[in-house]
Amino acid sequence: MTNVLVCIKRVPDVAGEVLLSEDGQSVDARHVGFTVSPHEECAVELATRVTSASGGTATVLSVGPADSAEQLRNAMAVGCSDAVLVEADTVQFGPADIAEAIADVVRTRAAAGTSYDLVLLGNDAADTGDFQVPVRLAYALDRPVLTGISTVELAGDRVVARGDGPDGTEIFELPLPAVIAVMEGGVSPRYPSIPGRMKAKRAPLETVTPDFEPKGSGRVRLTAPTPRVSTVEILGSGPSAAPAVVDLLLELGVVSK
Amino acid sequence: MADVPGSARVVVIGAGIVGNSLVYHLARLGWRDIVQLDKGPLPNPGGSTGHASNFIFPVDHSREITDLTLDSMRQYKEMDVFTECGGFEVARTEERMQELRRRMASAKAWGIPSELVTPEQVVEKVPFLDPSVIVGAFYTPSVGVVDSLRAGTIMRERAQQLDALTVVANAEVTDMTVEAGRIKTVHTTRGDIDTEHVVIACGVWSPKLAKMAGVHIPLTPAVHQMISVGPVPQLAETTGEISFPIVRDMDTFCYERQHGSDMEVGSYAHRPILHNPEDIPSIEQAKLSPTELPFTEEDFDPQLEQALELMPELLGNEQAEIRYAINGLLSLTPDGAPILGESPEVKGVWSAAAVWIKEGPGVGRLLAEWMTDGNPEYDAHGTDIARFYPHQRSKEHVAARTSEGFNKTYGIVHPSEQWNSNRNVRLAPMHASERDLGAEFFEVAGWERPHWYASNEALLGEYGDAVMPREAEWDSRWWSPIINAEHLAMRERAGYVDLSAFVVFDVVGRGAFGAVQRIAVGQMNVAPGKVVYTPIIDERGGFRADLTIMRLAEDRFRVVTGGAHGNLDRKWFSDRMPADGSAVVVDLTSAFTTIGLWGPRARDILGSLTESDISHSAFGFGTCQNLELGSLSVLASRISYVGELGWELHVPMEQGARLWDLVRAAGQPHGAVPVGIGVYGTTGRIEKGYRAFGAELDSERTIVEAGMMRPKVKDADFVGREAYLKQRDNEPESILCTVTVDDHTSADGTKRYMLGGEPIVTRDGEALVDGHGHRAYVTSAGSAPSIGKHVLMAYLPPDAAVLGNQLAVDYFEERYPVTVAAADATPLFDPDNSRVRS
Amino acid sequence: MIVVLVETDAQGATVVSREALTFARDLAGSSGAAVHAVAIGPLPEPARTGLLAHLADQGVQLVHIPQDDRLAAYAAAAWSTAVIDVVKSTSAGALIASGTPRGNEVLAHVATRLDVAMAANVVQIATVEPLAVTRQVVGGAALEEMRLDDGVAVFSVAGHACEPRPAAEAAVTEVLEYAPTISDRDLVARVARVEAIATDDTGALTNARVVVGAGRGAGGADRFAGLLELTELLGGALGVSRVVTSLGWRPHSEQVGQTGSRIAPDLYVPCGISGAIQHWAGCQSAKTILAINTDAEAPMVTRAHYAVIGDLHEIVPAINAELRARLGR
Repeated sequence: MTNVLVCIKRVPDVAGEVLLSEDGQSVDARHVGFTVSPHEECAVELATRVTSASGGTATVLSVGPADSAEQLRNAMAVGCSDAVLVEADTVQFGPADIAEAIADVVRTRAAAGTSYDLVLLGNDAADTGDFQVPVRLAYALDRPVLTGISTVELAGDRVVARGDGPDGTEIFELPLPAVIAVMEGGVSPRYPSIPGRMKAKRAPLETVTPDFEPKGSGRVRLTAPTPRVSTVEILGSGPSAAPAVVDLLLELGVVSK
Repeated sequence: MADVPGSARVVVIGAGIVGNSLVYHLARLGWRDIVQLDKGPLPNPGGSTGHASNFIFPVDHSREITDLTLDSMRQYKEMDVFTECGGFEVARTEERMQELRRRMASAKAWGIPSELVTPEQVVEKVPFLDPSVIVGAFYTPSVGVVDSLRAGTIMRERAQQLDALTVVANAEVTDMTVEAGRIKTVHTTRGDIDTEHVVIACGVWSPKLAKMAGVHIPLTPAVHQMISVGPVPQLAETTGEISFPIVRDMDTFCYERQHGSDMEVGSYAHRPILHNPEDIPSIEQAKLSPTELPFTEEDFDPQLEQALELMPELLGNEQAEIRYAINGLLSLTPDGAPILGESPEVKGVWSAAAVWIKEGPGVGRLLAEWMTDGNPEYDAHGTDIARFYPHQRSKEHVAARTSEGFNKTYGIVHPSEQWNSNRNVRLAPMHASERDLGAEFFEVAGWERPHWYASNEALLGEYGDAVMPREAEWDSRWWSPIINAEHLAMRERAGYVDLSAFVVFDVVGRGAFGAVQRIAVGQMNVAPGKVVYTPIIDERGGFRADLTIMRLAEDRFRVVTGGAHGNLDRKWFSDRMPADGSAVVVDLTSAFTTIGLWGPRARDILGSLTESDISHSAFGFGTCQNLELGSLSVLASRISYVGELGWELHVPMEQGARLWDLVRAAGQPHGAVPVGIGVYGTTGRIEKGYRAFGAELDSERTIVEAGMMRPKVKDADFVGREAYLKQRDNEPESILCTVTVDDHTSADGTKRYMLGGEPIVTRDGEALVDGHGHRAYVTSAGSAPSIGKHVLMAYLPPDAAVLGNQLAVDYFEERYPVTVAAADATPLFDPDNSRVRS
Repeated sequence: MIVVLVETDAQGATVVSREALTFARDLAGSSGAAVHAVAIGPLPEPARTGLLAHLADQGVQLVHIPQDDRLAAYAAAAWSTAVIDVVKSTSAGALIASGTPRGNEVLAHVATRLDVAMAANVVQIATVEPLAVTRQVVGGAALEEMRLDDGVAVFSVAGHACEPRPAAEAAVTEVLEYAPTISDRDLVARVARVEAIATDDTGALTNARVVVGAGRGAGGADRFAGLLELTELLGGALGVSRVVTSLGWRPHSEQVGQTGSRIAPDLYVPCGISGAIQHWAGCQSAKTILAINTDAEAPMVTRAHYAVIGDLHEIVPAINAELRARLGR
């Protein structure tokens, strides 16, 4: 029976032009709402698959503001059985702080009798893109770590993980306990059903507060890239534009006679 | 990037359902050089049309809205974008079943086939609904869904085929230039367009666009939540867009609409979530589209549970996932009606906003007709942008009323129901005294008007059963028998009425006579001091108003009209002033207050206040004079809307309280009582057969059909004269009649009293259809205490409009016998009008 | 001293590693520091010769190459040990890698073990003293200025943030082979085996000179024939938007964007792709973009250099026919 802790982060659901808060410290999400990254959606799906096979429980965790409960409930609506919210101002938390906060929960729960032999995270957060929380967490817990993983399966006390590498699909076999960062693409995340949402509303959610001073993220400020002015040259419309396209291809030298 | 043309006859801003249908109908009516803009891409520029649920339930309690809906359905069908699926409005409570019975009355009155059905009958068509949750349903087979985006494309293409239309997408309007009160130029991100007309068909963005031209479009964007759940195994085998009837779960303010293998659940039950039009995201900033905002789950969760109760197996299926969930933006207005027509502030700036998918094409046609010759086929007084008074255009009023109105979308709304929010905006100078008298205030146009006075409760003992008490709670909601007691006291002695809500304006200048003579049907070539009651009609001979005009001097005419529609009347006059400026309209609404004093003792009371001779010979009916009442100079006008001897007394607003006190004190010895609008607006007029604008009279009704013909038509030309003469020469298609209810006893023995809107049928329950194809329905209903009858007014087919004809009225699915008591304007009370002329 | 972790392919240093070297040289130029490289993993010929040529071209004086058979199969912890050995032996003030999955992963290990901060996907140096970098966040939709003033500045350079320019003076790159201090613990999470992807080489997309893109406008899994033909005629690779992989029309390995590959071809031909920001994040470094779309106002069209307006299913076959006719194929 392997329990899985899967970590998600409440992030602005940015689709187009990004709106920044006035102090430049965060993204203003009022028009777009919040979500979790596709990597984390896949991690949640993998967590529920692994635990339904192992008979363990999938606990979802988030370090973030109180409103992160929305994302935690969504994860519980698609199969996680309980949630931990580490309530913190994530603007003040750097990747090392996030890792420390997660590690604290793993240790505290282990001491209370619930061990998470597998911790899943997204490969990188959709907002800060730090690419390091899983690794820092693994060192804090003294566990092996993989990143960029698409699928995870348990084989006894080992875990078999697969991910894309430069030469093809790389296959890893690790002993548990382990930390794995998931990249989207291996599984399709699901949407909640109505009964799932009902269940999630009543599922247990424990809120804890970290008891350490954060190191911080080093963020000075956010800026929006300057929008480009369109300089597009329309070569034509419909199939009649084909000769002009080929002229261009020859001019660019990407094809030659 | 294509630039916009430099000039256009009309610029239509917005390519949603309204803008698209408008450009088509304008083109069809001969308009050319139409430019249509949208800041978004086509065919879905990102407005409310793009996320609409697209279903149409035709039955509404409003005739205007129903007509627009039926017209739209015909248009959608003609474009082949309509799929009929039927629709249920289900009731979970007996109270709701009552409302559905009332809905049946509206369905019959507007001629839409519908029926009340049992839960089992619902399940036959919607097998996944749990019948134990509901007590019954209202079924309309003609309910359907439309492809509103496809319809828009078709209509744009039709206009383009006529070579009438240039469409420019991704062009955002940045400003508008107004010169001398007229629109001149529309500025866009792709160039400027000089134009004669601009139409703001921008849905939730309309207020922002209007502001650029200095115009108000009082609507607010508000959230309507919707989710889509699927794929549902039970629906997996269905083909096409929709195979099951749509279910409106009326008591939970939700709907469930199957869409392929998904089920959409929409809600009007959550808290009102209003948005600022300035704060809608741009297309680039938005996640889905600017009007599909992030879903707020906590607001929707209670609805999910209720939806689950209704369709437990289908929505409770673990395989069915919530695949799409939005807080969709739609437009809400303070009174719930669309905002159409030319703005009162700037000529050539038109509004086509706050329109639902079900009315879109009909509104497009209506507005195109309006812009073409001023006279749309369907009456538009309830949707006219000019109906709003300044305070009603304020952000606070809009927010207050839309918040209050949002949860009434599927609510049970009594025809007399009063608003709670933003009251006490316009107070009469005698308001404090009225409050002391226990006035029950009803609001019109922001004015607080006493509907009856608790202080008159003692009269109930005096008149006993003559006050026609009502037993059923619905019939007596927003009503009191005191109204009828006040009525009887006025008829017996005298009553005084606060008429502060009147709209008053003068037409002044050397061209005033010519202007007024051209606008009014009645003869205005009268001596100063004459008061003329006159219809105002349009070129097609339809009613635009009925009002009184006092000729105060050779070059000054004072128009007095009702508060509810007076703003439209003022615009009607203003729009028709001579171009040379020789006459102008001066609004005096806030300068004058009016107190009506009527009844057999009115002359005695007024006489005790003045030294002037006010005998019948010295102060005849239909004249006005300035009187000294104590220290007040009062303009007294001897007319009556309640059929009694008496006067309207006009004084400057700040002297109104003093006049009120004078009249009260003088009336005391004569047994005069304060009388509310319950008498003035209903009982007093209805037993006199007086017609009311908005009920019996609107632009679809004529003087002939309303039975208001005078023996002669004035020689002078006036608006609508030609049409009116033609109408006089032809047999009417419909005749306004007064009928009395013969027996009020319902099946359970309760006496029931109709409130208006009910269908009039034959004693056998057959529909009565007039020459226009309209069904007969009750336009006004009320007690006639002086004759002890409950009286209804209705337009009947000529062959049914026969004195003594025995018919019936349908009320809450029961039939009550009625008899035609007048087939013309003959009053049931005092038919010779001896009282007013005494 | 600046140390750059260089990744290699069959020809030598990868393009993005050469970009990182250029970036490092620019940073070194402002502080007068030297640039060393560290290259890990098997280096068969001609990769080794190609690598040395690339490094010489980039003005790198010294490359550290660990000698240990246990590095044959990739293990991020072992690689990071090999890198830390170099950082320590050279007393480096900065460690730079390219913003690839391996680059970021190894740096994360190094930064954790050195207890310093790490910045991913840096696009430029914001300030030198104290050091602050500008990096891509929110999937490329925003930039973050971040302080990086710990003892060793550890950061990765976003793919195609700069061009790999040769140094003004080529260097003669010296090779320093060393024995890394790898422990058994470093080898727990090591690639056990690699399954070659059946369809084609994953590197093809990121290294292709021409990429033909396909979005929702493609219309279905069975409607890629014309696009694949164009890809072949141009000798390029097919890249798709996220919606295409979500709908299951094409494999995830072909996805271009924030959560897929980042590409920098000479020519990108997005067909039926509207241009959501997530996709743009992955293709904005293309030198030339030729968009084919029905909507002249689609973001991908307005951001492109060239565009053809219309249905890709009409236009692409016409281009294919024209290419065959003109090129005699």
